[in-house]
Amino acid sequence: MSRVFVCGLGAVSPAGWTVAAFRDVLIRGEPLPVQSLARPGWEKSLRARLVPEPSPRPAFLTHPRLRRTSPITHYAAAAALEAVARLKPNSDASRRLGVIVCLQSGCVQYSYRFFDEVLKNPATASPLLFPETVFAAPTSHVAALLGNTPLAHTFTGDPASFLQGLTLGVQWLERNRVEACVVIGAEETHWLLADALWHLEHSAVISGGAGAVCLSLDPALSRGVELAAVTDVHPYTAHRSRQHAARAMRGQLPAAAADELLCDGLSGSPRANAPEHSAWHDWTGARLSLKQILGEGLMAAAAWQCVAAADAVAGGRLAAANVSLVGVNQHAIGARFVRGGDISS
Amino acid sequence: MLFPSPASPAIPPRVVITGAGIVTALGLGWQQNAEGFRTGRTAFRPVTQFDVSRQRVRVAAEVDLPSMLPPTLLTPRQVARLDRASTMLLLATHEAWQQAGGEHADNIPLVLGTTAGGMALGEAYFKQAVQTPFRRRQQPSRALYYQSQVQGRLVADAIGFSGPVTVLSDACASGASAIGHAWELLRAGHAECAVAGGYDALSQLVFSGFDALQALSPTVCRPFDSRRDGLSLGEGAAVLKLETLDHARQRGAVILAELIGYGATIDLHHLTQPQPQGNAAVASMKLACASARVTPVDIDYLNAHGTGTSLNDSAEALAIQGWAGERAASLPVSSTKAGVGHLLGGSGAVEAVVCLMALREQWLPPELAFETPDPACTFPIVREPTDAKVEVVLSNSFGFGGVNATLVFRRWA
Repeated sequence: MSRVFVCGLGAVSPAGWTVAAFRDVLIRGEPLPVQSLARPGWEKSLRARLVPEPSPRPAFLTHPRLRRTSPITHYAAAAALEAVARLKPNSDASRRLGVIVCLQSGCVQYSYRFFDEVLKNPATASPLLFPETVFAAPTSHVAALLGNTPLAHTFTGDPASFLQGLTLGVQWLERNRVEACVVIGAEETHWLLADALWHLEHSAVISGGAGAVCLSLDPALSRGVELAAVTDVHPYTAHRSRQHAARAMRGQLPAAAADELLCDGLSGSPRANAPEHSAWHDWTGARLSLKQILGEGLMAAAAWQCVAAADAVAGGRLAAANVSLVGVNQHAIGARFVRGGDISS
Repeated sequence: MLFPSPASPAIPPRVVITGAGIVTALGLGWQQNAEGFRTGRTAFRPVTQFDVSRQRVRVAAEVDLPSMLPPTLLTPRQVARLDRASTMLLLATHEAWQQAGGEHADNIPLVLGTTAGGMALGEAYFKQAVQTPFRRRQQPSRALYYQSQVQGRLVADAIGFSGPVTVLSDACASGASAIGHAWELLRAGHAECAVAGGYDALSQLVFSGFDALQALSPTVCRPFDSRRDGLSLGEGAAVLKLETLDHARQRGAVILAELIGYGATIDLHHLTQPQPQGNAAVASMKLACASARVTPVDIDYLNAHGTGTSLNDSAEALAIQGWAGERAASLPVSSTKAGVGHLLGGSGAVEAVVCLMALREQWLPPELAFETPDPACTFPIVREPTDAKVEVVLSNSFGFGGVNATLVFRRWA
């Protein structure tokens, strides 16, 4: 059995553009202020927690491939760069780095802009915008930015799919296809997406950003934390409800211990929370519900949950942390991070 | 558990195809498509799905959907939720499942590739959302069924699959990536069978996007022709049932072909343009052949990505030459996009089924519109319907963003 170590983490969120900013906000535990997102033509605004403009502007945004890209690529790139920052240049890990990007809504800002132009006059719709509407665009840009990437894939799905991406990264490592693999979950905000979310869940507060987890089989690269488990995929089907799937996922992760954390996906909606809440009713340990602080970041939030769990263990505060991803319309998957690897390196 | 991973078999199992379903503008199902691809029929016509009156190009290969769907486990209410893309995916999945013998569907993974999912629903959502006064009618449903994983779940429910649904979106390589991903799942011992494929329906946003890029041919799609002037879009779906050889034999399944190799790489050159020498494409073909334990000499036919755009075809031509070496001079190549257009997320899967047809029925699909070879083409393009001895075929799929995927199939005799 392989041991898979976390060798880096990255986070862009409404808290800021680093894991440190993300951690500070989570430790404070106070929900970030909600901002208004204007719905053009309508009086009632939508609610969001937005990623602040970076200050100073990150140097990587001058990369030729990132010049015209949308915020989702900026977020994914920033999180990926932070997650791989500890890989030594020209090391095996930095020379053979896999990239997996997971998205639910994807490139909604440029899709909106481009389709708006198409409807007004397709003859003048910008050819610069269209390629950036493709789900695979952020993956391509991040891979180009990191360079030396032999493999890259884009997953789409509900937020629990982030752990499918993480598992594929593990498989690439185990098959020696890559030396390290950075798995990214990213989303960007837009009023159209906030509107869609409002239709499905009135109380949701949309947010965006990215989270990244870099994995390696080399204990010397570990930040002191390793991936201990990813549960089976528990799909929602005609005969298996979200609640049933959440319980099955929870059943594959251990009972609470005093020095363990649960990073769950509970938001502000009792109705949406019910299956996950019920599945984890027996959990007596510490619990972090980061969507209540940062907002509904969809795939980015799933990645944040993993980053928060791994970061809590890496910081030495806890022995283990579980992640509960009860997706909105596809499946429930869980994961567990524990202390491990050579933290002195 | 997904991790720790189950112990991989010491020797990866052989993976065979026991079912295939296909929907293109040539028709619904294997028979209509095989006849169309064998004879090199083309299926382009004026677009009717959305307004193209202000576009530079106004044709595409549209699918004629049937008025009735085959019986499935879906309720009438669920059937009403099926959009055009989901319907094509459902038809292809149903055919593949029926052809494979429709056995027990529990825990079978469904791996799908798509670029746009339910884009037409997203477009409808957009159009209503920007209107005043505010109207909520149908918007929640559109917001939900626009998502590709929800389409996948719907199709899984239709057949009764209860395993995980995975959606890859590697642009135009999505369908081949999905099949390759399923192949790796079986080889690693994660499952004994899987259903995999790709799909995409025509949509106004995507059509307009390619038109804005001036990537659409205003004349005729002629991959690898020196006078080529762009691609033509199409729509459709194709789905395969993959099984380990042992599993297929145990249940007495009819085997259509063996999937013997898969390679994937990424081209970092540019978001929409391949590296001019096709380096990543060469690597993808080499990886696939290495995993299949074959060399270019063993390949009897190459189904090219062959979009018909200047840059893509030049790079692929150089890549084929670079990979095949001397074999290139006699290696039959064609692009079936000349007949059904570029199906984007569906293309890799549709072309995989075309390869199965070639292996099963021993013919090569021609490009009838091909006239003058591009100077970079050192290989023969199949120009007319051709019966041939076909044992091993290779299919290339290259996507926006640079993901390249290659599949290698062997005839099952």
